[in-house]
Amino acid sequence: MTTRELPPSWTHVGRHAVFPQAGIDDIARFDFLANLNGFLSGRVLPKVREAYESKVKPAFEQAAGRAPQTRHEVRKAMAQDATWQTWSALRRSSMEMRQQAGRGLVFRQLDALNQRAAALNADAPTLKLDPTVQVPRYASAVDIHCMPGGYHTEVVPNDVSAAANYDSGIFATTGGMLGRYNDGGGQALVQWLASEHPQFKPRRILDIGCTIGHNTVPLAQAFAAAQIIAVDVSAPMLRYGHARAKSMHADNIEFRQADGEHLDYPDEYFDLIMTSMFWHETSATAMPRMLGEIQRMLAPGGLTVHLEQPQYQGMDPYEQFIRDWDAYNNNEPFWSVMHEYELQPMMAAAGFDRARYFETRLRGVVDRSIFPVASGEKEDFGRAALWTAFGAWKA
Amino acid sequence: MPPIDPIALANAKARGKRPYFFADADVERVLSIAMTIAMEHAVTHQRLDALERLIEAKGLLTRAELDAWSPEPEAEAERTRWMKEYIARVLRIVQQENESAERSASGVDQPMEQVMDELRHS
Repeated sequence: MTTRELPPSWTHVGRHAVFPQAGIDDIARFDFLANLNGFLSGRVLPKVREAYESKVKPAFEQAAGRAPQTRHEVRKAMAQDATWQTWSALRRSSMEMRQQAGRGLVFRQLDALNQRAAALNADAPTLKLDPTVQVPRYASAVDIHCMPGGYHTEVVPNDVSAAANYDSGIFATTGGMLGRYNDGGGQALVQWLASEHPQFKPRRILDIGCTIGHNTVPLAQAFAAAQIIAVDVSAPMLRYGHARAKSMHADNIEFRQADGEHLDYPDEYFDLIMTSMFWHETSATAMPRMLGEIQRMLAPGGLTVHLEQPQYQGMDPYEQFIRDWDAYNNNEPFWSVMHEYELQPMMAAAGFDRARYFETRLRGVVDRSIFPVASGEKEDFGRAALWTAFGAWKA
Repeated sequence: MPPIDPIALANAKARGKRPYFFADADVERVLSIAMTIAMEHAVTHQRLDALERLIEAKGLLTRAELDAWSPEPEAEAERTRWMKEYIARVLRIVQQENESAERSASGVDQPMEQVMDELRHS
């Protein structure tokens, strides 16, 4: 096995001022999890597909006289398959262990973390918390991706624990694919704008569902003269995100506690409105409403762009079924629904011009500080994240 | 405000019904515990490995010396006893199930209800 096939050790994770202090045992736990995930996706998952092709699908065809047509048929047929059960049980276990590792790390130093965040946030006009903001049902019905307490729960006053735990695990869960600061999504957007739309210079940018602002900071750095507003319903995420951005010298971001369905900015206020990995954690009523709000707040000539996992259209039922795993088994209940939407008609219903809608694949920016380019190689196969970017320009 | 309990909080369950994939949830419970032990074993290994590298870097010992080390007979016996006990400890249930199979064949490991009945009438 070459070094390039190994996920980078969590030793290389980016440490900003509010990042939890980890010891050698914590690093080993995250490294174990990154390698366990690699084993499960690299060695076990291909066998799940083989089991489907060689046993489960033929049995279904024998019984039904046709191949499975939907991911739901595949899911029901696969439920009894031993390879699938083993892969799923181990994957669920790894998700739970990841939460345990992050929370174990964070809670034993929570006072210090909260104090560091509070010191960086003290009297800052750029952190606007609003305790009257209600956590929407879609964010509280279950704890999203098995984070106990979800994004919003406060264990103590002025708490950042949910955010510190969230931040600590991403590097391990993604095998470092999003970079040392987990900001690969934001970096990819910046790179795409620079290469495809170099003339576009937004003056006001809105990031909805920003969590810890990890994908907001690259935009703030790329458009240093712009006014950037990052909103989220979760106070712990905003406290941590604001302190994190301050410590990384991204001073042009205002972090505001607000619900994306009810924003009070004037019509045509923003030149760029973005989200990253956000829609699959909303709901069927919230999503069109927010798209309507985005259309209202976007200035003529402005751009809205959204990074998401790929939609299911055109994918074979088995791949849809595998991608649905998180929906059923990792507390992502809207994931399955959202990924079957036709996005263009949805954007049109929100008031966007169909002709100005776009949907493209966006490759993540590889962090060269953890994945150096080997000589003679042009592409990082399997190293760079691949997203769907969809959106529209406003007429 | 009472102090928080970091251990219980770290282990808290996420809201939402947990899926079980095996027909027998007992198997999955054991798997979950085993995976955590596997992880903690890796933690110990990484710590030990770091220690060895530091010892080597400080010139106290080389890894080659460590690998070439062979214990004196007394130490060897102690280490072998440790290994034997460790394996038996880990595989305790295998031994106990074997004992039970032998005893039920000879009538020694009776079900508790039978013993209760027997004691009630004797």
